[in-house]
Amino acid sequence: MTTQLAAGDTLGPTTFTVTRADLVAYADASGDQNPIHQDEDVARSVGLPGVIAHGMYTLALVGRAVAEWTGGAEVVDLGAKFTSPVVVPAEGGAEVVVGGTVKSVADGLVTLALEVTCGGQKVLGMPKAVVRA
Amino acid sequence: MPVDPSLVGREFPAPAPLTVTSDRVAAFAAAVGHPGDDVPPTFPIVLAFDAMMAFLDAEGIDLHRIVHGEQRFAYVRPLAVGDELSATLTVTGLRQIGGADIIATTSELADATGAVVCTGKATLVHSSGAETAQ
Repeated sequence: MTTQLAAGDTLGPTTFTVTRADLVAYADASGDQNPIHQDEDVARSVGLPGVIAHGMYTLALVGRAVAEWTGGAEVVDLGAKFTSPVVVPAEGGAEVVVGGTVKSVADGLVTLALEVTCGGQKVLGMPKAVVRA
Repeated sequence: MPVDPSLVGREFPAPAPLTVTSDRVAAFAAAVGHPGDDVPPTFPIVLAFDAMMAFLDAEGIDLHRIVHGEQRFAYVRPLAVGDELSATLTVTGLRQIGGADIIATTSELADATGAVVCTGKATLVHSSGAETAQ
């Protein structure tokens, strides 16, 4: 790891814009072609407010932010609950904001507390990343 | 229709191993904007998703009725180009909330030597149809 981190350090926030085109590209790269991430009618038919980002796309943005903040540190743990959908409009995009704080540095591991929001609302529950120091 | 409760404990392997190629990693990294040359940390979802589809197909569950509720990965080592990975999904829990099935799963990804390199724990929320409302 190129950056020395200490407990209490603030990381970010880093903002990502998510568009429908991003979701199509992610579907192709990941294999997750669930139509709720591309088709408004299907998304609404199962009770969603509209096309939503893959939870794994949002989590990938967290991984990207962590990689940027830590200079590509090895990730040991990464995860979250997808508590609120990231609704992606047909025009423009949704802004996902990822912020972090170094919770602890111990035993060669850096634990990050994260906050991930869209439109001011938390979209991930208990997001967590642990990287090797 | 609710998911069959006897599923808990059953295993569903992905139909084929996945070779981690530089092309595949580059495509995934480009799609998520990953800044480095290493394998992005969420790349294991590619194979975990194959195992999940094997599970959904076996049970006749429609993908569009599934929403991802939670995903956590624990990595034994970073994935590397050249790895040949196999995945097996195990259904670890099942409960119903408000007409939805909450399906807990664990997927183990192993390399060609059989060593586990990554474990993914996922919760899948299955909305079974007419009673869906949120």
